[in-house]
Amino acid sequence: MTITCNGETYAAEAVTVAELLERRLGDARPHGVAVAVNEEVVPRGEWASWRLTDGDVVEVVTAVQGG
Amino acid sequence: MSSLAPDLVIAGETLSSRLFLGTGGLPRTSLVTPVLDAARPGLVTVSIRRTSTLAQGGLLAALRAAGARLLPNTAGCLSAREAVLTAELAREALGTDWVKLEVVGDERSLLPDAVELLDAAEQLVRRGFVVLPYTTDDPVLARRLVDAGCAAVMPLGSPIGSGLGVLNPHAIAAVRAAVEVPVVLDAGVGTASDAALAMELGCDAVLAATAVTRADDPVAMAAALRLAVESGRLAYGAGRVPRRTEARASSPLLGLVSGTTT
Repeated sequence: MTITCNGETYAAEAVTVAELLERRLGDARPHGVAVAVNEEVVPRGEWASWRLTDGDVVEVVTAVQGG
Repeated sequence: MSSLAPDLVIAGETLSSRLFLGTGGLPRTSLVTPVLDAARPGLVTVSIRRTSTLAQGGLLAALRAAGARLLPNTAGCLSAREAVLTAELAREALGTDWVKLEVVGDERSLLPDAVELLDAAEQLVRRGFVVLPYTTDDPVLARRLVDAGCAAVMPLGSPIGSGLGVLNPHAIAAVRAAVEVPVVLDAGVGTASDAALAMELGCDAVLAATAVTRADDPVAMAAALRLAVESGRLAYGAGRVPRRTEARASSPLLGLVSGTTT
């Protein structure tokens, strides 16, 4: 299936949010990170069970310096 | 804060200082801790951005270690839709309902988009956020934001990052007079006197980012702003003398030593 993560579209092997985070960040439950799928936040507690589907648009964010 | 100036309370929470600090622009993450030590800010803003690595220079760890109370912002958002999603992501990432709501009209002026801002504020209040909107120095818009349920308003002194100070002191005073919630001067502070003026105009707090992070010596400027905010608040409470167009001697006029007798 194809997903878009942080603006980058690619063929994903990951099927859950947790697996996607493991693949991209090397951690399935990273601290200080939030995830949205198709503009809806996926709560941390649902990362392991939330299954991604073809065409999903995923955002993975954290806090950075800012005013 | 001196006992002469009561604590700042926003949405029922007592904040430890009337200086809020933005972290954007610091040249090195290693400066976070000494700058926070010097500023002792009541709130510290951060932005929310896409990440592809776990190590964001240890920013969050440094902020948490310093005991900073975080205020995520929605900087960079151009629409209510983007701002609401960013606020929701911030709440999930940082575990806080508080958000500094920024919705700007374009990336050049970075001026607030009043229509989108009010829309986003209404949506976020409904979703249970404590909303602190970055807004223009317009008392009418400020009142509309408060009517929408915002916990404070944050009018700009001058454009973000400009360091031009408080360009329209009368407008800031008018915002202060228009609303019952705390007023936080946001944007435009360039140096200590700008922060002191904002407080003397009746602002309840000042947020500074660029003034500190891009100063030659950020740690020294952080301390300067802390003192300026406290000083300005005390002066506001003390009540300044009326301005006069003519001199008025402060020394007694009776008993002057004089070479002549009358």
